[in-house]
Amino acid sequence: MAALTEVDLGASSVRDLNQALHAPATESAASWRVLNPRGAHSVACGLKDEVTVDVEGHVGYYCAGMNQRATVTVHGNAGVGVAENMMSGAVRVRGDASQSAGATAHGGLLVIEGNAAARCGISMKGVDIVVGGNVGHMSAFMGQAGRLVVCGDAGDALGDSLYEARLYVKGKVKSLGADCVEKEMRDEHRVELAELLKAAEFDQDPADFRRYGSARRLYHFKVDNSTAY
Amino acid sequence: MDMDFASRGLRESATFDRATIHAIQRAAATGVYDIRGWGAKRPLPHFDDLLFLGASMSRYPLEGYRERCDTDVVLGTRNAKYPLHLDIPVTIAGMSFGALSANAKEALGRGASAAGTSTTTGDGGMTPEERGQSKHLVYQYLPSRYGMNPDDLRKADAIEVVLGQGAKPGGGGMLLGQKITDRVAGMRTLPVGVDQRSACRHPDWTGPDDLTIKIGELREITDWEKPIYVKVGATRTYYDVKLAVQAGADVVVVDGMQGGTAATQEVFIEHVGIPTLAAIPQAVQALRELGVHREVQLIVSGGIRTGADVAKAIALGADAVAIGTAALIALGDNHPRHDAEYRQLGSAAGYFDDFQDGRDPAGISTQDEELAARLDPVEGGRRLANYLRVLTMEAQTLARACGKAHLHHLEPEDLVALTIESAAMARVPLAGTDWIPGTPGAVR
Repeated sequence: MAALTEVDLGASSVRDLNQALHAPATESAASWRVLNPRGAHSVACGLKDEVTVDVEGHVGYYCAGMNQRATVTVHGNAGVGVAENMMSGAVRVRGDASQSAGATAHGGLLVIEGNAAARCGISMKGVDIVVGGNVGHMSAFMGQAGRLVVCGDAGDALGDSLYEARLYVKGKVKSLGADCVEKEMRDEHRVELAELLKAAEFDQDPADFRRYGSARRLYHFKVDNSTAY
Repeated sequence: MDMDFASRGLRESATFDRATIHAIQRAAATGVYDIRGWGAKRPLPHFDDLLFLGASMSRYPLEGYRERCDTDVVLGTRNAKYPLHLDIPVTIAGMSFGALSANAKEALGRGASAAGTSTTTGDGGMTPEERGQSKHLVYQYLPSRYGMNPDDLRKADAIEVVLGQGAKPGGGGMLLGQKITDRVAGMRTLPVGVDQRSACRHPDWTGPDDLTIKIGELREITDWEKPIYVKVGATRTYYDVKLAVQAGADVVVVDGMQGGTAATQEVFIEHVGIPTLAAIPQAVQALRELGVHREVQLIVSGGIRTGADVAKAIALGADAVAIGTAALIALGDNHPRHDAEYRQLGSAAGYFDDFQDGRDPAGISTQDEELAARLDPVEGGRRLANYLRVLTMEAQTLARACGKAHLHHLEPEDLVALTIESAAMARVPLAGTDWIPGTPGAVR
């Protein structure tokens, strides 16, 4: 069992924390516990090694930004852009997440046990995002790749200008954005959804979800589409 | 031909000239707006409207070939652990792989490195060709975040947060399907052949307070090592520069409306933004009022063509300039040897601006392998280095004539304006007078 390193942000700066986390991981420093984050920004961002970080409280903007390989758990709420541009690894928010959760992320798994605000998964590029509650408006806007799973409801304009990201929603969708349509839920989709729910540790039945994706009607400039936006 | 029309009593409308008539006819035929490359083509007040007051009795000139006139510039001294130290104050502006061929990007890197300056990535990520050949590489952080990768962020020598560009302030990137090849699509995580229209706003922040936090995150990820630039298209430049500085920028890049693009709506290029000449004094005023002029460096771009332009921009208060269109011309863009092929595309050498189509006979703004192979990156790099050296020597010539031992010693006091418009915009006196229009009390 790796030794646990504790950093108290009541006594240390975010700079000191991140500098320590950016040092090459050793077995003796593979597990971290961050105390008193008090809404600090950029907590545990830019990690690139297989370390585990537990943040005991609420964080501000960009927690676990650009994460690579690390496993970060926020035992509280997360501010704007949690796990933005994540490449790999896993980030879990035990509470709610503010807007732009998982923005532009290329890979890894982001789990939000509570609700996520507007623009969850905006410009997502391969990440898997699983939200236990609801997501706000314009979620998955311009989503390019990856999967967004919403166990609650989705706000207005879900999947607006979507590319190839796949969206699964259990609850109500207030409205779909431009070029986003409901699609048939086939066996392969139920299988991948089951895997995502299992990875997120959510006890949900894939049969209760609907699938949404791009109609691909706006992939090219056409005068006939000028009123679609 | 025009003389013939005139002798026959035919008069072209100034309002509906032939280009305008053609644009209306094209719109009626296709139902889509015109998209093109290059920058604003309309006549604008520019550096040509300024003149240097060379030394004579009241100022001592420096000997042209004997006395030193230094040209180096350090960028990012405010916060970065490793500022960029460039030999010349002429940098290469951000242009994407995707918009440009890999050979063109490599040539830009080679030319810039040979001349001791930096080059910049674009909307599409960092290529090994560019990183490998660029001694100093600035990595752009754009709204689309195409290809944004923390490993590349750490490989960069500086980071440029792009809020806008002079050709389209308020608009996002654009790359039409012809240029979204397998490699470009893979780098941007897009379907092959799709018409890519990037977001115009960053996905995870809005406004200057958020930008402060975003810059903080980028510094944290890169351990405060790298200079962070903020690039804006020139519009409300005074306010934008102040906000960028307050947000923590080490360097502010202001791109005037003559700045180029690989693909933008014609209406956007010609009708949004302000001329470079008007933007510089606004930016300098903002920096001075904050007490950070020269501490936060100012890079100016948009229509830089000659060493005179370089010297004038610096005299007005810039620390460095950036070139894009001119760099492509140095590589071979619009060269007369391609004229027959330009004409087959409906254009001509000197007029070609269809960078969006990907059929560039010069092999620069294309992803077609056969066309791209026409540009030898070593030869292209050599031409660019030559051009950069000429720009530098021309600027030195003017600076020495004004008695300056460093390009940065040039000052507005060395300049006068030829027109009332340029005097008002550049805030220097109309030649032969002490009148600076629009600046009450600012006589000299």
